[in-house]
Order: sequence, then structure tokens, then C-alpha cells
Amino acid sequence: CCSLLAQQIVKGKVTDENGAELPGVNVLIKGTAVGTATDAEGIYSLTVPADQATGGVIVFSFIGYLSEEVAINGQTTVDMRMIPDILTLGEVVVVGYGTQTKKDVTGAMVAVTNKEFNKGQNVTADQLIMGKVAGVQITSNGGAPGSGSQIRIRGGSSLNASNDPLIVIDGVPLDNDRTAGSPNPLSLINPDDIESFNILKDASATAIYGSRASNGVIIITTKKGKAGDKMQVHFSSQGSVSKVVKTLDVLSADEFRAVVGQYANAGDKTRLGTANTDWQDAIFRDAYTYDNNLSLSGAFKKIPYRLSVGRLSQEGILLSSKLERTSAALNLNPTFLDDHLKVNMSLKGLMTESQFADEAAIGTAASFDPTQPIRADYPAYDGYFEWIQGNGNPTGLAPRNPVSILSQQDGRADVKRSIGNLQLDYKLHFLPALRANLNMGYDISESDGTTTLPATMASVMLQGGTHNVYTQKKQNNLLDFYLNYVKELPGLHSKVDVTAGYSYQSFTTKNPASYTLSIQNEGDTLNRVEPVELKNVLVSFFGRLNYSFKDRYLLTATLRRDGSSRFSPDSRWGTFPSVALAWRIMDEPFMQDVKGLTDLKLRAGYGVTGQQDLGATSQGYYPYLARYVRSNAEASYLFGDTYIRTLRAQGYDFNIKWEETQSYNVGIDYEFLAGKVYGSVDYYQKKTKDLLAEIPLPAGSNLTNRLFTNVGEVENRGVEASVNVKAVERGKFAWDIGVNATYNKNEVLRLSKTANESSAGIEVGDIGGGVGNRIQIHTVGYAPYSFYVYKQVYNEQGAPLEGVYEDLTGDGEITADDKYRYHNPAPNVFLGFNTRLSYDRFTLSMVARASFRNYVYNNSAANAYFSNVSQSGYLVNISAAVYDTRFVGPNDANRQYSDHFVENASFLRMDNINLSYHVGKVVKEKLDVNVSATCQNVFVITNYSGLDPETSTGLTNSFYPRPRVFTLGLTLDF
Amino acid sequence: LGVLGCTDDLDQVPKYEDTSANIYKDFANYKSILAKAYSGLALTGSQGPEGNPDIKGGNEGFSSYLRQYWQLQELSTDEAVISWTDAGLPNLHSMDWTSTNQFIEALYYRIFYQVAICNEFIRETTDGKLSERGITGADFEEAKHYRAEVRFLRALSYWHAIDLYGSVPFVTETDEVGSFFPKQISRADLFAYLESELTAIESELVPARQNEYARADQAAAWALLTRLYMNAEVYTGQGRYTDAITYARKVIDAGYTLEENFEHNFLADNDQSTEVIFPVASDGLRIQSYGGMNYILKGPIPRGKNVEYGIDAGWSGPRATKNIVDLFPPIGSGIDEREMFFTEGYTLEIGSVASETDGYPIIKFKNITSTGQPGSHVIFVDTDFPMFRLADIYLLYAEAVLRNGQGGSRGEALGYVNDLRERAYNNTSGNITDGQLTLDFLIDERGRELASEAVRRTDLIRFGRFTEDTYLWPWKGGVENGRGVESYRKLYPIPQSDLIANPNLDPKVNGY
Repeated sequence: CCSLLAQQIVKGKVTDENGAELPGVNVLIKGTAVGTATDAEGIYSLTVPADQATGGVIVFSFIGYLSEEVAINGQTTVDMRMIPDILTLGEVVVVGYGTQTKKDVTGAMVAVTNKEFNKGQNVTADQLIMGKVAGVQITSNGGAPGSGSQIRIRGGSSLNASNDPLIVIDGVPLDNDRTAGSPNPLSLINPDDIESFNILKDASATAIYGSRASNGVIIITTKKGKAGDKMQVHFSSQGSVSKVVKTLDVLSADEFRAVVGQYANAGDKTRLGTANTDWQDAIFRDAYTYDNNLSLSGAFKKIPYRLSVGRLSQEGILLSSKLERTSAALNLNPTFLDDHLKVNMSLKGLMTESQFADEAAIGTAASFDPTQPIRADYPAYDGYFEWIQGNGNPTGLAPRNPVSILSQQDGRADVKRSIGNLQLDYKLHFLPALRANLNMGYDISESDGTTTLPATMASVMLQGGTHNVYTQKKQNNLLDFYLNYVKELPGLHSKVDVTAGYSYQSFTTKNPASYTLSIQNEGDTLNRVEPVELKNVLVSFFGRLNYSFKDRYLLTATLRRDGSSRFSPDSRWGTFPSVALAWRIMDEPFMQDVKGLTDLKLRAGYGVTGQQDLGATSQGYYPYLARYVRSNAEASYLFGDTYIRTLRAQGYDFNIKWEETQSYNVGIDYEFLAGKVYGSVDYYQKKTKDLLAEIPLPAGSNLTNRLFTNVGEVENRGVEASVNVKAVERGKFAWDIGVNATYNKNEVLRLSKTANESSAGIEVGDIGGGVGNRIQIHTVGYAPYSFYVYKQVYNEQGAPLEGVYEDLTGDGEITADDKYRYHNPAPNVFLGFNTRLSYDRFTLSMVARASFRNYVYNNSAANAYFSNVSQSGYLVNISAAVYDTRFVGPNDANRQYSDHFVENASFLRMDNINLSYHVGKVVKEKLDVNVSATCQNVFVITNYSGLDPETSTGLTNSFYPRPRVFTLGLTLDF
Repeated sequence: LGVLGCTDDLDQVPKYEDTSANIYKDFANYKSILAKAYSGLALTGSQGPEGNPDIKGGNEGFSSYLRQYWQLQELSTDEAVISWTDAGLPNLHSMDWTSTNQFIEALYYRIFYQVAICNEFIRETTDGKLSERGITGADFEEAKHYRAEVRFLRALSYWHAIDLYGSVPFVTETDEVGSFFPKQISRADLFAYLESELTAIESELVPARQNEYARADQAAAWALLTRLYMNAEVYTGQGRYTDAITYARKVIDAGYTLEENFEHNFLADNDQSTEVIFPVASDGLRIQSYGGMNYILKGPIPRGKNVEYGIDAGWSGPRATKNIVDLFPPIGSGIDEREMFFTEGYTLEIGSVASETDGYPIIKFKNITSTGQPGSHVIFVDTDFPMFRLADIYLLYAEAVLRNGQGGSRGEALGYVNDLRERAYNNTSGNITDGQLTLDFLIDERGRELASEAVRRTDLIRFGRFTEDTYLWPWKGGVENGRGVESYRKLYPIPQSDLIANPNLDPKVNGY
């Protein structure tokens, strides 16, 4: 009873890193069962037993935050500001068909939660994690609204089957194919709804997804309401302006006049104009974007909910391009039957209205004659200048006025999409260790598009204007069912967790016939594109065993068997096993005395994954079938007096089969000083065999000249490492730094379709400036997509000598055999760097990325030679790179294959700087306010002479420039 | 959801397309497949004018069979230079092409595309397979005609292969579709194969002039055999002029007559010509492509010229060298109506190949009918390409006689030549005497009669004037006054891409 009397009450308030109240935080006296949780205002009150009042320690813990310990020392008030933690060991991470605690994970995976997302104008989900994760390279596709990014996890394992990772949203795997009329699959998810990304990198983590997992898996989980919460309202609003940073450096009007005067033919010299037009300046603009999101979350009676709506209006910097997106999402996650039945219902709806600019105008603007005016007295062309002939008709083959292309062409598309699923997770009453999980999902979209070109546009003038109409419907269905059994075997110091399941997915695309209609003769069909309907089905059986011994020796084994309708009955089934071991070294008794080191885990895994994604065409969906395709009416042939639509036998490969990737991964997860320094290091090796690639076939052997088939082997090897440091945590001041680095090397090991391994290889990489020319090659022993070029000879001053290349074969002439394999577009090393500095209510965060030894072919420089300005009938501008080479042309057919134009495009890009200020509670302490300012694409440091060193292909010609974006944001919570 | 149904759902077939297993069950489809084999000469794909190409890589319009056949037969000769600078195009006239030339590559893959789709049809329409699929009676007989026509088309493409590329990969209907490495056949063996194929199908084809327009009949096979035998000495070292006479005679006896007005063979309604033995059809509304006759017709027409030719705009492309101009009576005299040069704003001399007004273009084809009406479409043309016509057979007959072929007569030969002369001159003033009937006269007469009809390169080689320094034209070999080039340039190289893809191929066999 004495101790009872001596009881003491400790009170306090718990806040998050921004000072916002944090409800639901566990507050415990260390080593006892005494504890409580914070209420909705973040307040707790704890009755401390007397024996703990002085020597006791309070532990604050909350998912997603570092646990904090505070000695009581007789205090009666203990406030706590929690620090977020990605590596909280107790954190639950999402894996395929289930969840695991972080500490039990055996594969290479990274979780990124919304606390760590990049700030600013992130209109597609991929932008949230750019630069954040080792081994994940995200390259934005340029500056078009919603254009999204190319995502590569560990370099991609295919040559030219899909290298996109599998994206799973709330348990629904998406298909990677582009939806007609929308730029990118991830542009159809509102980033504001996303709670976390879980990125599965190695095969032991991904193999449970079998055939779709060779390029890694990104599991996206959206935000949900919490049981017992009262309604919370969150509102965010952002306004951005995007500005063009840089355009292609081409000849000015005066430089152009000088060059034309010297090099153009007589007829063309007379075509010079008197204007001084910067065409690139004329097609770009400052573009404004507004993004507003409102969400309500909480629990209605016993049903936790989150409802959100969002509205995005984004202009492109290219005249007339625009994206309007309205989104809504509803998550309900109630539990029934004494928590035995958990229900997760997720519905997302999206509507986008896009206005597309014809991006060909970008290249045209760079090459349009700068001495011509934008507007001229040409009523037939709505007052735009065009290259015309004596009779007023457009000059054949001449480029069209880029401003007219953008202003007159009207391309619109509306897309409606809904993704939803219902997941029922039932823990059996008579055997609670056994759980049955049923997940039914769908992903439906509908696109309607029109492109109208009035008769005043030069390109369609003679047809009297055209109006194109297209639609597309896609429907993907999903059904997963699995059983999960978890059993602790204390006598054996073991825990067993077994999962077995079945999955069915279908992907249907319907493109009804689309039409190009005449505007002049209303109702006339100028052209019809035949309808296409495609369906791909994947049927899978999978199983997983997680076994842990003494909590520190962990084993995960998975097996998946997939059948794909893409392959013939003889080759459609593939088996994809994996096994991984992890050793929690830190939990070994001999580690207990190690100072400083607070966690250490060794992981090793092996797995096989598959690839079957050959693209959403008939050829990609039915590559093994001998199909016949009927032509449209415009491709008929005449017999007698009857026009007969033709039937074409398509190329096919009956024996086409799974591409298979075997991968090995060894990694270490470490943590020092109780979370002050943590990270991981991984070594991986991936070998892909039976590569699916489109290659030139031996002439006559098939019903086409290039076809997808299984061709060989490539290998990827790499090391990736990440380190996160909480450099300073002192009072109001905190500084975190995260750095990740990836070294990756790809090599072609075998090209089986050319029996002779010493043969040159497979040429790829189409370039502009000549039709059918390719600059890259896949060769055994070299990196895929190596540049295949002539070695330029330079004079003593270092200037390239026109038409002079090294005769590498020494036979006295320059032939195709004198080409050699130069660098390749994939970087050897890329780095991500992020940091966050916070002082009191201010937080400054930055993200930067660097890439080393990624090479780029500067296509516009390769086409820059003086005589190219003269096109017999019209003039075109060229890159100012011509002043470096002073090439005259045109009689050097090898010019564009010179290695001079392959440049080291290593770069450092400051992606994002964000400053936010937590205003705190206003309006009767009810409304919590945050404001922020962000600059994206701040600067790039590079030696590359072209427009932008960052490309996904290593080839640049005309490119939608990435704008610099300034954003102001406001969030309100109450 | 109804998706629990399991693995049976893995058997998916496309909805709007059919598989070979089904397609041949319905005889109605046969004609459409046959039409594809023919249209491979005219069109570039299954979506006119472009968008679903038959062969991939590069520009679809460039990949056109007829366009590249014309370019490789004309641009390397005295009949055409071109100022466009597409990679590899200037090299055709300067005769320094390489194995990566995109135009040489395009025709090569077109030829083997034709061979492959023909093989597929022949394989699927054997007597046994037809019976198996219940194709009987009249349909069965009709199918046999189709099959023979497809064998003709395959032979036509292999003839282009033997003529342009020499020793090439060889595939027939007995090779299954896959990705194997075809063996290379020698020029002599390919010649023997072509001879046996064409004589074998003779009896299976519809009799001469009895088939539907644009479909091959016996006369088409005879015309091809005539050309094959005429050039046998080039292909095998062994002259076969007697056989050339035999087959030329068969064509001549089949009832074709010279079109009264020479020009009518080359207009938008030239399907009415009484002289054309085998055309490649074109149509502005229903047979659309950016290659084929669209290129051949518009190519030489000057920019800015349109209405008078029934088109949207000329392309200012190919122009002839003065060697061709000099074959005719003085320009503008109108003596020989086959003289079709466009001279206004152009110079006779070619100071620079790159100047689009140096050299007179030959405007032989027009998208205007014989009654002066424009074709059905302003961008795409109606004019058909005469692959074989009677005038050519007349001249080949005469040449075979002069080359000591047996079974013909000089008198008849002279008569045929003078038939052409009379038509050209509209009277007998241009007629020649027996003494004037020489091989030198005949090559010149072929230049006058058949200019721009894609025979020039083959003719020059047969007459020893293609690579030799004894016959020169402006910019031959890339120099202004012309020069002889290596004799291996009588053949185009097998493209680098196929040398890479098929290790069985050896370019040295063809001298490269």
C-alpha cells in the first residue's frame, strides 16, 4: 500500500516531427506492463508505480517512428517529439500476398512512406520517390503534362521485352501498357492518396509474382482510415509555374542568313526571309498548374474510412498541351466477427481530360527557318507562314509552321478509369492460425479521343481538313485466393508461416475501328483503322514458406507456376522458384556487448523470375499463332473491276517461350547508434536467358523481316548501397542525410539466333536524319545498346576532319567493318542524395541525383552540316554544333555514325528543393496549417552539349524539355 | 466475376484476326490471301496508305517493292540521277553503295517477304490440304489457278533476286516458318529452279488474256521466261536465246496488240491498254501507299506542277542524263512521241547531281486519263505500272534473233521494231532497214521505248555497258564525265543485316 501511495502521474503531449499532435502513440514504462496511448490531441496520462518514479524509463513507440526512451527522474510532465523512421524494425512491410515485419524480411526491399516523399509538383506517383532508393532509376519522359517516367529497377533485365517493373496498387497488379489517350499508367493515380511504396528488388522478394517480376515490383498502398478515430479533414493546395530552362542551340537568323548565303543552292538562296524568329521561343510558354486535394478520414461507427477527392489542372510548357484530372478514392476497412473477418474495400475513380500538343512541333521549331515570320499574309493558311509553291499549295516534304501545328491542331482525349478491389481476410474461428484471403479486383478504363486538323493546316490542306476519332476500352480482372497458416513451435524455437494460393488475371483491350473523316466533305471516310481486340490471361499457383529458428535464422522459399496465354500450350507454363536466407547477426548472444552497432542482418537469396510482356499489339499478345490480318479498304488490291481487301499472314514463332531471369542477391542491413546511422549494402547478379527481343530474321525464314523471338542471354551485375544518417538531433534542430549509390554493369552473353558468335550482332537504335539508320548494336561480350560507330579523326587543333575516319581494319578503305563498339547509354554509377534540415517550424529538404558514364548520341549535332540548310524548295535550320565541326556535307554517308557525336552525358541534377513552414494551430487551435515552397529541376551540371543529358534511350533528337517548376503549397488539417 | 474457370482460359485467339488453321477452311478467304501476294508489289502494308507495314525498320514508304525496284534499276544508270540526300540515295548513281545501303536492303527484304508469303500460300493449298479442308469442285480448280499464280509471283521475285543480287538465300514451301538459316543458292541453280518453276506452272495458269485484270496468266509466265532466257548468259554464262525466242513468240501469238497511242500505256486509265501483259495495279482510293506508282509518277514531276498531272505536287526527283536525251531527235521536235522530257527551267547538262534542275526529268506517267480527266484522288494515283508489255517482248524477240537465237527470223524482228517506230513517229519515216537492225540500235531503241520502266540496269548489263568504261554517262562512278567501276557492281550486295542474321551467307560469292 505504501507503493500505492507513492504512485505518481506523468502527463505529456506527443507530437510528430512537424509538431502536429500524434494520437495513438504507445507510452510504456520500460520493463513493465504499465502503459497507455495518446488521445486524439496527442495527450497521455500515465500512472507510474513508485518504484519506477525515479529510476524508470518511459518508452514512446509508434509505427513509422523511432522509439524514444526518456528517464522519468521524478518529472511529472514529459513531452515528446517523435522522429520518423523508415527502418523501424517492428514496421510492417507489404510483400506479395501478405505482410511481414521488417526484421523478418529476407529479400532486398525498400519501403518509402509518405513522410519521405519528394515535395512539390508531383503529378505522377513515380516522382514521389525519384532519387530515394538505391538501384531504382527513375527517368522522367520529358516535360509533357503527366508524361511520367521510365522506371528501371537494377537496370532492367530484358533487351526489348518490357523492362518496366510490376506495379501493384492495393493488391491489384496493373498492366504496364499505355492506355490510349493517357500518357502513363501512373498518371492515373492521385499521388496524394498514396501512403507508401514498397519496392521489391531481388528475385527472392519478387518471385512470388513469377512471370511479371523480372524487373522488380513496386507495391503501392493507399491511405486508409483508422479504427476509433474521429473524422480528420486534410486539405492541400498547390500552385505551380513551369518555365523552360533551355532550348536547343540552333543558328540565329543572322547566322542562318550567312550560312544560306554561302552554302545553299541558287534557288534556295532566294527563299531567305527578312524576319528574325526564335521558333522555339514561340512554341513554349510559362505553364501553370493547380492541384487541390481534400480528404476525410476516420471511423464511422466501426467502419474506418478514407474518402478523398482531387483536382489537378496542369498546363504543358508546349503551347496548347493540358491535362485536367479529377480523382476520387474511397477506402473502407472494417472488421467483423470479433476481428476474425477483415474487409478492405478500395475504389478509385479518375477522369482525365487531356489536350495533346503535337510534339513533332518541338523538332520542327528547332529546324524551322528563323528568317521566316510566324504570321504572313496567307489567308488559306489562317494567316500563318508556310512553305508554299507557285500555285499556293504547300511545298511537298517541307516542314510545317510549328506555331500553326500547335495552334490549329486540336487533339483531345477523355479517359475514365476505375480501379477497385474487395479483399476478405478471414481468420478461421476454430483454427485462428489459419487465414483465408480472397481478393477480387478490377481495373477498367475507357478512352475517347479526337484529333481535328482544319483545312487551313498545310499538312491536310489538300485533303480539306481531317477529323480523327478513336476509342479504347480496357478491362483487367483479378482474382486471388490464398491460405496462410502461422504456427509458433516454441519447443523447436521455430515459427512457421506458410502461404499457398491461386491467382487469375485477365487483360482485355478493345480498340474499335477508328476513322479519319473529311471535314470538307462531311461524312466521307478518308481512312479507317481496323478494330483490334486483345486478351491475355495469366493463371498462377503460388506458395511461400517462411521459417524462422530462434528468431534469428530466417528462411523464405517461394514457388510460383504461371501459365500465360501468350505462349503455345507446349511452352506456356513456367516455374519460378526462389529461396532466401537471413541471419539476424545482431540477435546472436555474442553481439550483445558490441557497442554502437544496434542492428546487423545478413541476407542471401536466389530466385528465378519470368517475362512475357511483349506489348499490347496482336503480335505481342499472340506471338505463337499463325494469324491472318485483314487490310483496311485503303490497302486493297484490284482483280478485274473488284477491289479486294487483303489477308496477310503474320510472322510468328510457334516456339516462343518465357524469358527467364535467374538472380542472386547478397545483402547486409545495418544500424548504428540506435537508428542514428542505418542502411544496407547489396550485391546482385541477374542472368536473363531466352531473352525476348525483336531481331532481324534471316531473310525468307519467316513471314516478316523482324520478329520477337528468344535470342540469347544478358547479365546484370551490380552493387547498391544506402546510408541514412541522423546527423543532428538537438532540441529544435534536426538534420538527416540519405545517400544511395548503385553500380551496374550489363553485358550480352549470348545471341543464340546467330550461330556464329563472332558475328557483329543485332543493330538497334533508330536515329533521325536518314531513314532506317541505326546507331546501336547488341554484341556478345559488350553492353546492350552499345554505340556502333566510326572513329572520328581529328586535326592537330582537335577539330574533327570531315569524312575522315580511322581505318580500323587497315584494308585501305572505310567500310562497315571499320565500325567499333563505343560506350552505351546506361550509367555505370548513379547516386541519389537527399537531406532534410529542420529547425523549429522550418524544414528544408533537397533531393539530388547524379549519373556517371551514361553516354548520349547527340542526334541534332550529327545532322548539323552547313549544306543541310538547303533542301531544294525550302530551308531548314541546324544545330549551332556545326560551328564545332564546321562540316559542310552532304556527301559523307558515314557522318552520322561518327563517334564524335556520342558524348559523355554524366550529370548532377538538383531535382528538388523544398522549404516548408509549420504555421501551427490557428482558428481556435482547430486548424493546423503548413505552407511550403518548392523548386524542381533546379539545375543540371553536365558536359553534354545537347539539350538534356538525361534520356532513357541514349538517343536525343527532338525532346520535350523538362521545365523548371516553382510551387507554392498549403495544407490544412482539422 | 466468373473467373474461377482456370487454365482453359489460357487458349486465347484474337477476335478480329483468324489463324491459318481456320482461314483456309473458307474458300472466300483464298482470294484475299491471293490479293495480298499481288499487293506486296504495290503496297507497303495492311493499312493504306501506311501504319501497319509488312516489313519493319525504316520508313514505310521507302520499303515499297516497286519504288525500290525502280530505283535500283534506274538510279544506277544513265536514265536517272536524283538530288535528294537520303542516306545511301546519292550512292546509287555514284555506284559506290555499301552493304548497309537502306534502299538495297529494303528491296532485298521485300523480295524475300514476297517469297515467304507465297511459300505460305503454296504450302497451305496443296491438293491434299485443299481436299482435307473440303475445297472441291470449281473451288478446287480455282484454288489451283491461285496457287499457280502465287508460284508465278514467287518466281517473279526470285527473278528480281537473281538479277539484282545474284546468289541469294533460298527458301521454298518445304521450309517451315521459323527462324532457321536459309542456305545460299548459286546463281546457276537459282536459274534452273526458276526455269523449272515457270515451265511447270505454264499449264496451271489461266490461258493468256483470259484472267481477271491485274492477275497473272500464261502470257505473264511466258514474258518472265523470255526475260529470264534473254539474260541467261549474264546469270549462268550460257546463252539461251533460242528459248527466249520460243517464249517471246508465245506471248506475241497470244493476241496482244500495240496500244495505238503510245502515251495511253502510262495514264490513269492504262488498265484499258491492249498492250500490257502484266501490270502492278494502283488506285487513288483503294490502293494507297507512299511508294509504288505514287513515287514513280510524282518523283520526276517538278515541284509546283500538279493540276496538269492530276496530283497534289511533284517531288522534283529523278532526272535523266543527256545520254538518254541524245537518243531522240532534237528536243521539242515532236518527231518521236516517246520523247517525254520536261525541259522548262531545267538544263541538259548535269553540273551537279545535287541540283534539282540539272538534267531533264522524264515525265512518262501521269495521273490523268486518256480523256484528260484527273485520277480519283489528288494524293494517291490511279496509274498502273506495266511490269511487262508487248513492245518489250517485240524488242527482246529482235534482240534474241540478233544474238543468234534459233526459231525466229530477222524479217519478223525488223517488222516488230518498225511497228514500234511507226507508232512513235505516226508514220513510216522513222522505220529502219535490215542493215540498221543491230544490237547497238536495239539498246538505244530500248532506251527510247522503255525509259523509266525499270529495265535499264538489266539491259545495260546484258549489253556490257553498265560497269565498263566503254560506255559512260554523266556522274557514272561519281565523276562528272563518268568512269568505269568495278565489275562486281553489276550486282547489289546482300545487306549487312542479313549477313549478320544468317551465317550461311557468303558475300564473296557475288564478288563483295
